[in-house]
Amino acid sequence: MFAPFILALRAAGVPASIMEYLALLRAMKEGVAGFSVDDFYHLCRAALVKDERHLDRFDRVFGEIFKGLDSPQGDAPRTLPEEWLRKIAEKTLTPEEMAAIEAMGGFDALMEALKKRLEEQKGRHQGGSKWIGTAGTSPFGAYGYNPEGVRIGQSESRHRRAVKVWDQRTFKDLDEDEALSSRNMKVALRRLRRFARTGAATELDLPGTIGATARNGGSLDLHMVPERHNAVKVLLLMDIGGSMDDHIRICQELFTAARSEFKHLEFWYFHNCPYERVWRTNRRRRETERPMMEVLRTYGPDWRLVFVGDATMSPYEIIQPGGSVEHWNEEAGQVWMARLTRHFRKAAWLNPVDQSHWRYTQSIGVMERLMENRMYPLTLAGLESMARQLAR
Amino acid sequence: MAQFKGTERYVAGRDLEVAVNAAVALQRPLLVKGEPGTGKTVLAQEIAKALGYPLIEWHIKSTTKAQQGLYEYDAVSRLRDGQLGDPRVHDIANYIVRGKMWDAFESEQPVVLLIDEIDKADIEFPNDLQFFVYETRKTVAAKHRPVVIITSNNEKELPDAFLRRCFFHYIRFPDRETMEMIVKAHYPDIRQALLREALNVFFEIRDVNELKKKPATSELLDWLKLLTIEDMPPEALRSSDAKTALPPLYGAMLKNEQDVHLFERLAFLARRRGQ
Ligand SMILES: Nc1ncnc2c1ncn2[C@@H]1O[C@H](COP(=O)(O)OP(=O)(O)OP(=O)(O)O)[C@@H](O)[C@H]1O
Ligand SMILES: [Mg+2]
Repeated sequence: MFAPFILALRAAGVPASIMEYLALLRAMKEGVAGFSVDDFYHLCRAALVKDERHLDRFDRVFGEIFKGLDSPQGDAPRTLPEEWLRKIAEKTLTPEEMAAIEAMGGFDALMEALKKRLEEQKGRHQGGSKWIGTAGTSPFGAYGYNPEGVRIGQSESRHRRAVKVWDQRTFKDLDEDEALSSRNMKVALRRLRRFARTGAATELDLPGTIGATARNGGSLDLHMVPERHNAVKVLLLMDIGGSMDDHIRICQELFTAARSEFKHLEFWYFHNCPYERVWRTNRRRRETERPMMEVLRTYGPDWRLVFVGDATMSPYEIIQPGGSVEHWNEEAGQVWMARLTRHFRKAAWLNPVDQSHWRYTQSIGVMERLMENRMYPLTLAGLESMARQLAR
Repeated sequence: MAQFKGTERYVAGRDLEVAVNAAVALQRPLLVKGEPGTGKTVLAQEIAKALGYPLIEWHIKSTTKAQQGLYEYDAVSRLRDGQLGDPRVHDIANYIVRGKMWDAFESEQPVVLLIDEIDKADIEFPNDLQFFVYETRKTVAAKHRPVVIITSNNEKELPDAFLRRCFFHYIRFPDRETMEMIVKAHYPDIRQALLREALNVFFEIRDVNELKKKPATSELLDWLKLLTIEDMPPEALRSSDAKTALPPLYGAMLKNEQDVHLFERLAFLARRRGQ
């Protein structure tokens, strides 16, 4: 009976299987959902969706398939909620109320009217005497018709009143199909985990214990080791200002993700190309400046160096002494790049520019060569490749 | 069968109630996800209360092994006892440490079993209702199928076979209205003016994306408690004084030193003051 629903879900990328489908049917038989459309929706959702990123797709498909709530069609999946509505109505309405609904043209007309009312409300915002559920002034409220399923005039949720739950699309922000968010960035960066044992010794070191006990002539000599932690150290050098302004949001997300993922994370800013100075706070650049040589001395070669920048500039800014647009640099950017990549053997460059445009910008090609091709687009796939490369 | 419903202590949406009742009725695990502090742990406690079952909690760490849920053989203690000539050493059963699953299986009455943060380690939750203790050659079989609540923070993808078996609920971070209900569930007598100002500050802080740890429900509750104890007037939260850049008693909400520094720098407070 629900086959078209399941198929539509799968087509939309919600991986519901026959197992889930059977669970749903059983739960309905067990009466878990009572006779309310909201419950039916909640039950379908709890049974068929196993990942919050799919909730919004589910809502869309549900709204599409069960349009029956607005204009019932002949085929099975669409008529079901209508049936349910009737049952709720039979249970909750008095005969006079039922008669009143019939007088209005029956359920179909009621749902149609409800839909129109909702559209009006969208236009005129909150308030007004036609607001559904303000008992006494609207036909819906007046009849006391209050199926939980369509949330008419429910007190607990003022803002959501009379909008079907699945049409609220509350989970929109969790669907990450297109958008790169700090959450899926975090998952991508997780490939960069390097577990190491540091801190207090709390775990039994079995090989160590056996070895020591044997050396002890069989007398037990317990050895402990610390627990494993993610010990990877990441140094972020970020291009800021100018052409990078177009990419502020995504860099922000990346920064947020990296900060929560790596215990050892340090970051410094540069502009266009790294030269002899970096800084910590862009607004207070002077006070927070630090010589690049000091950065090289502070962070050992075990740090992973990640540049974030669009590498979009005049090639002179990379290859010429004095090429910088904002100060006189004694040594060319490429000299600094060579110094950095020699010191930090594990390095990569993340570029927020769409990869298909890279070849139209000469400086990107120059930088890519200086990075020995370790430049990755700032996309999920790019982050993953970068993390894999840096983890080696 | 008793039904799970939100109570005056615990605010639950209808969607959560349906998901819990479906999992209980069909005897399937319920997988619950949501930001830290959205009430996953208290949910398990509330379900246990609603059903009248005891709660057994199994908290997973990154080093937890699936086997530890069943039992562990404590060879180290036995070795030690052997060295010291303790007579207990001769019975291996003395060194079998029962896990939480074993506790749940052997319980005389049905229990709620919370497996908290399953994604911390590589654990596949077993579907079997019995297991074999190799060391003592005994089979432990469940007297009742426990009601299993599993929480995850998305550290790891969970296996498909497991996902197909369970029901799923995602707890959204409460919106303002829901948060107000949650606060009132904890402090029914709180002054409305204070609550309003506090929620303003709270949601503004949560809007700051760079925070390492965003304050959640528990931090808000702690903060409100302090504000009440100090008898803080609601106006104090509106901070018209240019010198009080941080909300009073903010330590309850910002637990991370870096976040406090970040906060001191943020123009956001300046903006608030300008309003
Ligand atoms: N819906 C709710 N109703 C009442 N109190 C709530 C609700 N949600 C959260 N709380 C309160 O918020 C606090 C945090 O809840 P809890 O510890 O269960 O969160 P959690 O999701 O398990 O967090 P973590 O992921 O950090 O373990 C508790 O004090 C709890 O009472
Ligand atoms: Mg918890």
